[in-house]
Amino acid sequence: MSQADLSIHGQVSRTGATEIMTAPTFSVPAKKMAMWLFIIADSATFAGCLVAYGFIRNATPDWPRPFHSIVNVGAMTLILLTSSLTMLIGVRSADMDDKAKAFLWTMITAVLGILFAVLHIREWMGMIGEGATLFHNPWGTPLFSSLFFSITGLHLLHVTGGVVALIAVGLKYRGGLHNADDLEITGLYWHFVDLVWMFVVPLVYLLNLAH
Amino acid sequence: MTTAEAHKNSGIGRDLIVFLCILALALIQFVIAYQEISGSQMFVRMLIVAIVEAALALLFFMHLWDNRGLKWFVLIFTVAVILGMQYGWTDSFRQVNGVPWAK
Repeated sequence: MSQADLSIHGQVSRTGATEIMTAPTFSVPAKKMAMWLFIIADSATFAGCLVAYGFIRNATPDWPRPFHSIVNVGAMTLILLTSSLTMLIGVRSADMDDKAKAFLWTMITAVLGILFAVLHIREWMGMIGEGATLFHNPWGTPLFSSLFFSITGLHLLHVTGGVVALIAVGLKYRGGLHNADDLEITGLYWHFVDLVWMFVVPLVYLLNLAH
Repeated sequence: MTTAEAHKNSGIGRDLIVFLCILALALIQFVIAYQEISGSQMFVRMLIVAIVEAALALLFFMHLWDNRGLKWFVLIFTVAVILGMQYGWTDSFRQVNGVPWAK
């Protein structure tokens, strides 16, 4: 790596002025900062979707409450929360330079992500089987189905992307092409996906539970 | 202290405790869903629990606790988003109160 490359990351400086100019923003390496900026932008996207959902839900009379069971969403929540813990163990192992363990826990996280996606799609198929589509809702206003499939679909897209990223970064980490920092940055994204689910469950599922 | 150093110092015990706390909070949300309360009360209670869950995840899973500069950066943004959401929800309640089916 050249001197110029190193100075970009703030690791090498010849003068105090250079150090100030090249020090990472908020004491965070550039790649991690980029991930935080992505997370912040994506939070705004999800917040916008959930506010729009709340707005429409409040303004629509006889909003449907089609969910009769919490078993599936409960299992999905447990799986996603557990995957955050396995990701933490993976990142911690990488920090300890235990490459094999870090790879194993990253792959366990990816498998949990796949399991979450499978349960999600199974739930979707059940709802589609009852006649719910993006533009049709057998329980009342079609807005319910549109919002439900849009919000949960956007989240599922993030989970799918996360699984692909976990597998790709995990394999490259094992091959020596990525380091522990890269694994940690991927972990940040995965925790964010988990964090979004913490809001989707109460607002989209639990508030629409049939009593 | 770098994040990696913080990982080495804090140990898996803290992660496990935070995980169990978040799990317990998620369970509380499911319990709230079965309470005989109005929709708005249910919404407020669930949202408070969700915000606490998210704060725990941000601080400990995403290691903001160990990074003071970034903590402020994210905090300021989060407050801005919540204020924005507050405007959206408030305005939707205003709309609801202006229609015949409002209660």
